[in-house]
Amino acid sequence: MTEKLIEAIGVTRHYKLAGGRVLRALDGVDLAIGRGATLGLVGESGSGKSTLGRVMVGLQSPTEGEIRFEGLNAAAADPAQSVRLRRQRQIVFQDPSGALNPRMTIGDTIIEHLRVQGWSRVEAREQAARVLDDCGLSASFLSAYPHEISGGQRQRAVIARAISTDPAFIVADEPVSALDVSTRAQIMNLLRDLQRTRGLTMLFISHDLSVVAHMCRDVAVMYLGRIVEIAPRGVLFKSPLHPYTAALISAIPLPDPARERTRRPILLKGEPPDPSATPKGCRFHTRCPRATDLCREVDPETRAFSSAHMAACHHPLTQAPVERTIA
Amino acid sequence: MVDVPAAEIILPRPAQRFGALRRLLRHRLAALGLIVIGLLAIGSAGAPWLAPYQPDDIDIAQRYAPPLSEGHILGSDDLGRDVLTRLLYAGQVSLSVGLAAMLVTVLVGFAVGAFAAYHGGWVDIALMRLTDIMLCFPSVFLLLFVAAFVTPSLASIALMIGLTCWMEIARIVYAQILTLKSADFIAAARMVGAPSWRIIFRQILPNTLAPILVAATLNMANAILLESYISFLGYGIQPPAASWGNMLTNAQSDFQVDPWLAILPGLAITLAVASFNFIGDGLRDALDPRMRERSAGALR
Amino acid sequence: MTALLEVEKLAVSFGTMRAVDAISFTVESGEILGLVGESGCGKTTAALALMRLLRGATCTGAARLADVDLFSLDEPAMRARRGSDLAMIFQDPATALHPTIQVGDQLVETLRTHLNLSARQARSRALDLFRKVGIAAPEARLRAFPHELSGGMCQRVMIAMAIACSPLLLLADEPTTALDVTVQAQILDLLRQVTREAGMSVVLITHDLGVVAGMADRVAVMYAGAIVEMAGTDRLFAAPRHPYTRGLLASIPALDQGWDEPIPTLAGSVQSAFEVPGCRFSPRCPLASEICRSAPSLREVAPGHFVSCWNAA
Repeated sequence: MTEKLIEAIGVTRHYKLAGGRVLRALDGVDLAIGRGATLGLVGESGSGKSTLGRVMVGLQSPTEGEIRFEGLNAAAADPAQSVRLRRQRQIVFQDPSGALNPRMTIGDTIIEHLRVQGWSRVEAREQAARVLDDCGLSASFLSAYPHEISGGQRQRAVIARAISTDPAFIVADEPVSALDVSTRAQIMNLLRDLQRTRGLTMLFISHDLSVVAHMCRDVAVMYLGRIVEIAPRGVLFKSPLHPYTAALISAIPLPDPARERTRRPILLKGEPPDPSATPKGCRFHTRCPRATDLCREVDPETRAFSSAHMAACHHPLTQAPVERTIA
Repeated sequence: MVDVPAAEIILPRPAQRFGALRRLLRHRLAALGLIVIGLLAIGSAGAPWLAPYQPDDIDIAQRYAPPLSEGHILGSDDLGRDVLTRLLYAGQVSLSVGLAAMLVTVLVGFAVGAFAAYHGGWVDIALMRLTDIMLCFPSVFLLLFVAAFVTPSLASIALMIGLTCWMEIARIVYAQILTLKSADFIAAARMVGAPSWRIIFRQILPNTLAPILVAATLNMANAILLESYISFLGYGIQPPAASWGNMLTNAQSDFQVDPWLAILPGLAITLAVASFNFIGDGLRDALDPRMRERSAGALR
Repeated sequence: MTALLEVEKLAVSFGTMRAVDAISFTVESGEILGLVGESGCGKTTAALALMRLLRGATCTGAARLADVDLFSLDEPAMRARRGSDLAMIFQDPATALHPTIQVGDQLVETLRTHLNLSARQARSRALDLFRKVGIAAPEARLRAFPHELSGGMCQRVMIAMAIACSPLLLLADEPTTALDVTVQAQILDLLRQVTREAGMSVVLITHDLGVVAGMADRVAVMYAGAIVEMAGTDRLFAAPRHPYTRGLLASIPALDQGWDEPIPTLAGSVQSAFEVPGCRFSPRCPLASEICRSAPSLREVAPGHFVSCWNAA
């Protein structure tokens, strides 16, 4: 792998709930993304994928563990470093309507974003026009209010705001889930183009495997606050190791009637358990078709099955691990 | 297949920036309210030039002149003072006390609501419980209680009314900020390190302006009414200075004989209060975001 | 033979805006018709119009279900049909259920109003239905409130209520859109199974062409209030004729599609398509020409394959 740009080391994020219960949104996540790489993060609701994205950009701080950006622990940064860290890490949100201030024009939204970072008004305005143009919006959008433009255009504006500070790392948190099919492809192409031309490092979060597959070279699968499998996309789809990944892949309806007739989805039992009551042992055992007594007792460690393929499962679907590493 | 990578065809819709104002003016009662308030304000502000007499000019020869009598269009009172003149000067007092009190309610209400919601934790609990407790007492009681200890003046009355009527605004602001606080655009601002004051004033305040404006207008009506109450009860503006409320008190003893002395200030109070209420209702409709969408012809 | 549901020139307007523009289609008995389109295309509005659940809208046209004209029934008669002859399930099951009534009681209520059952009979029927839709521990779940159930479980309850009186036609509006992928697979499986068993016809409304491909016998594609193409599922996916259908199909990222190619896209967005004169798709259409200024109508280009386009290849 190339130089690591951003790393999550043993990151947990717990929320205290009423009645003394604890919601483990993240429960020991290790993750590293190389400079210029694109990592897809898939999982169902409650898997903690959005929380991980927010922790990675510093919107939330981890309960335990640390986020390292270019080797620097984000929690231990001095004020000058903090300013740089904030500039370098940006996020694109799922719902473009909620991500833009309804009472501000698109231009003012981006300008305000830059002004906070110490840009002058004139420079900020020029930069706003420039990034809007990069995102396919003409300068006439500077003075438009969010409710005056379409959902796709709003998402372009949100992306423009994110790239306005010239970040190195972007978290795209379900950026196309709220959009229509035809708009979705436009936004995916835009993100891909920006990623290439600007050499962005990207964490692309989605519940939709086919979207992630199209955007990212590597894919990580999350289940109940932990990454259960991570591999290059081709490998992951052809030979998934974790039964959950296999079920996830088989559950995607294909826009092809002939293949749909032969597709036999692996139907999992029930639904993901409440993240405030993570099962003992392997967290997937309550729904897993391969679960044994071992799985009910012992939480599996993440093992490397090849140099880039890791999974946390006692009974993986293929291959034996080549080496045992990664705590 | 078509592949236009970037530019979408549709440009932003022509802005409807002044849509709210236009909708407000289309609201008939609100428009009427604006006109009445405008006239009252001009009359009061211009009292030194418009009024035929000085408010304290006593004319013993012309006591209890009925309306439309010569020299006194709206008649004169028990000391022969011109009623029209006194009404206009009283309007200065009532309207400015109303305005000042309203400003106090907005400032205090916003500060309490915003601080509680944004800070959270024990500050939230302390401030909002205080708000709840204050709401348990009718404003008039609070007001009369405080008034017993304070020498009445324009400023002190405005302050007293303001300090007993801010709770509703605090609650509105509190609820708005709690919802806005979790919005993604606030997260985006926090992420680039915007300080709290900047987030509150640049991002949050513009979004809470509409409901605050509505509540403020209604508070204005309420404040005018309260000022009249306490002046009527003798705790407010002290004679010989005129306010609509103490003109009523003055008219009390002669009500059977000369009802116009009570009817005219009563009418002024009613007009002002009703107008502000109409404007408030009109604003509420005009600023409703759903109304905006409908007029923009949104799909779905 | 006549179809189970015949919809003729159904049009719905809100004020001056025509949300649904004279659409006609039929559903045979036991058939699943997929109604596909993006948000705002009028697919949900059309379904609500069939249920006569739209307020403040003007509906014209005709809809005959088993030879009964739904639009000429009076309100009590229509109320009796809803539930017993045609039922609907919604995208968000959590809000479609009454929040403060136990789900079992809601189901029993439905059963008693439509089937004239005693309380005890209805209760045991409800239990059967819960088992049938795959709800584990049905006795306990009958006493649950909607907020105590997960999204998938709520959707199962909705399905149980919808099939309770064995309706002839089920309108399913985005039944799995709000659900997770693995749960979506379960619910689709369940829908397929219960409707096939009962020989029920289904209008499956969705934006997801993948869901349609696996579920529907025939597909109607809607754009800006009109049906632009309608054909058997295999045919529609194999040989789409309308440029919108083609664009839509091409813009779905496929799992095995190369990482390096951009996805073909349709330019622009649906916004304000309702104001376009002539063919509403023409501003976004790669084939648009002079003739598209007048509105095309659905014509049969092959047996059972209808397209509304002047220039359809």
